[in-house]
Amino acid sequence: MNVELPDTVAASTGMPRIGEPAPAFEAETTHGTLRLEDFKGSWLVLFSHPADFTPVCTTEFVAFSKAHPKLRKLGCELMGLSIDSVYSHIAWVRNIEKNFGVEIEFPVIADLNKEVASLYGMIMPGESKTETSRCVFIIDGQQTIRAIIYYPLTTGRNIEEIVRVIKALQTTDQLGLATPADWQPGEPMIVPPPSTQEQAAVRVGEAGIDCTDWYFCKRTV
Amino acid sequence: MACIESDGTLSHSAQAILRLAEEETPAEALARLLGRPLYTVRSSLRELEAAGLVSSSAGGYTVTPAGRARAEGAPAGESTS
Repeated sequence: MNVELPDTVAASTGMPRIGEPAPAFEAETTHGTLRLEDFKGSWLVLFSHPADFTPVCTTEFVAFSKAHPKLRKLGCELMGLSIDSVYSHIAWVRNIEKNFGVEIEFPVIADLNKEVASLYGMIMPGESKTETSRCVFIIDGQQTIRAIIYYPLTTGRNIEEIVRVIKALQTTDQLGLATPADWQPGEPMIVPPPSTQEQAAVRVGEAGIDCTDWYFCKRTV
Repeated sequence: MACIESDGTLSHSAQAILRLAEEETPAEALARLLGRPLYTVRSSLRELEAAGLVSSSAGGYTVTPAGRARAEGAPAGESTS
């Protein structure tokens, strides 16, 4: 049986894709009215959480806050979002500061009308029609979506993995090399495979790279 | 953290922007001088421009006479002419 979803929920099932421009928005936040374009030139981690004053989200906010200085060094800002009021956000970040001694310096969008959540496909109706899931959009300085990570309501995010992805993307942008599984900064990177037989023949004898086979070569940088 | 409250009161950071935006100052320079993230400065400048307290050009932002008066402590709505 087909169930017709209300417009707001149906709209939320659309989502932007990697490589596409991040959808523009203007939103009320704990730092006043902000637009996506205000972050132009910086990388941005735009992430949603299900609700204020919930335990898993609290652990994530503490972890994001602890990673904030590291992200800033990478030229990356943070912005949270949930379907709560700005007053709820303010009360919650103050509560986190009081109970956990951690100051939340990044803005949090109060998306009561689900406008931004719908734009970014942050609501998973099969899981909850009233809360945003744990979505992460990594947006570069040109405001292109570079990575998307989704976690369900019950699983707190691995913040170090988000930092690692940003470092990997920035290193790839800089060097034109890809990153293998579980790559960490300083480890060898993947040389993009050759696309012709002639290049493949040259590749295996190339100096400065370590090839297991013509398509599988690494370079230490 | 709106830089202009509903009663027209300016936040400390808004007042600091008005004092620093002397002559076509880029938002990036203001952010550096204030030690604040660029996105918050851009947001504040948008509010201040809408209120007629700064003007923008290709080179950056310049405090208007009304903005200068507010930076010096004149209350909201007071004539500056």
